[in-house]
Amino acid sequence: MNSSRRVSVVAGFVLLGSMACSVLALQAIDRFCMRPEVQQELYIHSSKMLRRLSLGYTGLLADVYWTRAVQYFGHQHHRNSNDFHLLPPLLRMATELDPHLIPPYQFGANFLAQKPPNGAGMPNEALTLMQYGIEHNPNNWRLYYNLGFLYFTEFKDYAKAADAFEAGAKLPVTNAFMPVLAARMAQHAGEFDTARMLWYTTYQSTTDGAIRDNAVKHLAALRVDEDVTHLEELVQKYRKLTKRLPESISDLERVGFIHGTPTDPNGKPYRLTSDGQIEVEDPQLIPYITKGVPSKDDSTANNSSPATTAQ
Amino acid sequence: MNSRIAFVAFNTFREAVRDRVLYNLIAFAVLISAAAILVGEISIDVERLVVVNLGLTAVSLFGVVIAIFIGIGLVSKEIEKKTLYTVLSRPVRRWEFVIGKFVGLTGTLIVNTFFMAIGVFLALFYVAHRLQRSDLAVLTALFFIVLEFLIVVALALFFSSFSTPLMSAVFTFALFVIGNLADDLRGFARITSGFAGIVASVLAFLVPNFSSFNVINQAAHGDAVPERLILYNTLYALLYSAMAISGAVLIFQRRNLK
Amino acid sequence: MAAIEILGLQKTYMIGFWRRRPKTALRPLELTVEEGEVFGFLGPNGAGKTTTLKLLMGLVSPTSGTARILGMELGDARVPAQIGFLPEQPYFYDHLTGRELLTYYAQLSGVPEKERSSRVNTILARMGLEGSADMQLRKFSKGMLQRVGLAQAILHNPKVVFLDEPMSGLDPMGRREVRELIQELRSQGKTVFFSTHILSDAEALCDRVAVIHQGQLKGVGAVADLTSRSTGTVEIIFCATHVPQALKAICSETRVTGEMVNAVISQQQQETVLDVLRRERIQLISLTQVRSSLEEFYAAQVRPKSSGAGVGA
Repeated sequence: MNSSRRVSVVAGFVLLGSMACSVLALQAIDRFCMRPEVQQELYIHSSKMLRRLSLGYTGLLADVYWTRAVQYFGHQHHRNSNDFHLLPPLLRMATELDPHLIPPYQFGANFLAQKPPNGAGMPNEALTLMQYGIEHNPNNWRLYYNLGFLYFTEFKDYAKAADAFEAGAKLPVTNAFMPVLAARMAQHAGEFDTARMLWYTTYQSTTDGAIRDNAVKHLAALRVDEDVTHLEELVQKYRKLTKRLPESISDLERVGFIHGTPTDPNGKPYRLTSDGQIEVEDPQLIPYITKGVPSKDDSTANNSSPATTAQ
Repeated sequence: MNSRIAFVAFNTFREAVRDRVLYNLIAFAVLISAAAILVGEISIDVERLVVVNLGLTAVSLFGVVIAIFIGIGLVSKEIEKKTLYTVLSRPVRRWEFVIGKFVGLTGTLIVNTFFMAIGVFLALFYVAHRLQRSDLAVLTALFFIVLEFLIVVALALFFSSFSTPLMSAVFTFALFVIGNLADDLRGFARITSGFAGIVASVLAFLVPNFSSFNVINQAAHGDAVPERLILYNTLYALLYSAMAISGAVLIFQRRNLK
Repeated sequence: MAAIEILGLQKTYMIGFWRRRPKTALRPLELTVEEGEVFGFLGPNGAGKTTTLKLLMGLVSPTSGTARILGMELGDARVPAQIGFLPEQPYFYDHLTGRELLTYYAQLSGVPEKERSSRVNTILARMGLEGSADMQLRKFSKGMLQRVGLAQAILHNPKVVFLDEPMSGLDPMGRREVRELIQELRSQGKTVFFSTHILSDAEALCDRVAVIHQGQLKGVGAVADLTSRSTGTVEIIFCATHVPQALKAICSETRVTGEMVNAVISQQQQETVLDVLRRERIQLISLTQVRSSLEEFYAAQVRPKSSGAGVGA
């Protein structure tokens, strides 16, 4: 029995060893295959062909393509790439295989339009996708919301956004914000509150972690934009009052305009520049802000035009 | 000790080669290559593409079927019928038997693939009228296909060591299919969290990952395959096969042959 | 040195869907077989004969106990070269020829390359297979397969040969050939251990037999001993068309065939019966002592309720 025991022990070691090494090898292959030179194109560009090949398991295949789309995006985003050219076809295939699969539409609305590396930078593709989704799911308020959202954030077409929100508000099952958003488009499209409402609705309309995360970042950026605008207004008010620019933010505090030191969402205090601009200490940490970004050239203070959330 | 492995291997090879099933399948694969020529006549540019795509896919699929058939037929069946009783009463050790079988089966499949590949190359020559440098990619694709076979045979042996012929065939084929979707399984594992994510990750790494082995489309376009990939794939195939074979040895060592 | 020493070998399987129920295939077995013996292992189907052989061959691992073959423990790597094994209804590689198969076994058994082909040829000749040596095994008849099986068991000149039901499925000619082979092996000084449920074969060939039933060893004895004891009865055959009135009470197991009557009487009645036959002028054909047979010993072990003569030594 001794030699038998020995064989078992050796075989056991080989088993564990090769298992561990094969995992390592697999990871090496992964890393290698993800390099742009090696990245494989989609083999099949026609969803009709794909449908036929799937032997009826279109639902499963749709899920597969959806998973691939998320993976692809995540990978490119992680590498800070500017190239997302495979994202539209991947999302398109997923939805053409299963038009009732909602998550791809939401994902597309959020990430097809935004500029790289936070998105694919293809707002028209996003639009097409939403329209396709609505065509096939006419009673899903989320899709109307996504459409309105797109018009608002990317195309700045507030009229069409209002139309979309209104259409969504009329549905039997809808979100409470829809009619409100529709109304606000007309008069208050440019205001911070509108944008905030929008992003909050986005957050509410999905359980997808990536989309929610994105919404939270936008909400934080909104707060910064709002803070910066408000603080710069106070700076102007101070100048009117004292005929000169404040030296630092604490000056504003001294005259009672603010209480305490205002900080950005990361807890860092805002800075005042010599020409009255408010800046964020570390803009890298807060994507999507349009105000408060330190610039090299000396530009005069902005008008208080409302920030939109496009980047 | 080594010579016994060689004897078992050679005997396995001989037994496999004489089985008529093999020839039918090879003939079928060659037929597909011929059919590819007809299909390709749709458009001049597409001929080569179709021949390579269809031909190599046929080699791959039929090869896997053959691998499973022979693998099961020569091992699981051997355990079930009592051929094994007399062999094991000889001085050959159980692990020598398993490894010998593996070597013999692999050899059979390589010869197999060789003949099927001739069919593909003949078809290719017929449509292209010459062989070009880009045809080297076809060789690489074939090499990867053989690596896939290695893994499939190792798995067939693994399942044979404890399961009936039918179940072994089913399991092996199932793992082959899953293995081709392993990429997506890994993607799924990455975006899932919690317990399901852990299970998915473990499974995704345990099943054979064939995704990087399928370069048929690239070969069809004549694109060269990077050398690094060849190295990595070879390593992975060897490691995975070692894993399956050592599992087979472990199980077979202690198995009671009823 | 004993050729085979079985020391408490036991095998219990766990059966049932959850593998919880134990099923004892072999209770602890103690048995010794001397070198040069022809030993018969008797028992009905399912008694544990094949299990014992599989345990000895290392195909199955024992639940407890051990065994030694030629003084070497089971699992010793030197054992296989010294033994030969023929399983019940063996199955071989369909597509090999007889010669190729035997050469394969010779290779595995470690027969040196120079001697291989001559050894194979000799064995083929001995088993009467030269004509079909180059025919694929799938074309072999059952009898030929059995001969191939025997060939591979003895080809490497083992000291101990194990045969599991070597006569099964053979026609009378085939059985006779196997019997002759076993006798030849014995004359070469080899030990033969074979299992069977055909008693006449065992009686004819074996030095000693063991009877096993329901996994348990019931009895062991030398064939000579078991069949020599007198049962105290006499078989009488005489010429008549029916049993004479006077003898009806005395004779038992009477059988009338045409003009002959067979009857069994007890030894004490012998004289009485002879007197009656003389008086009635009935011709006596034969008068023989009935000896105990192996069958009775066997039956006694396997069915303890029936009265048998001669319980094992």
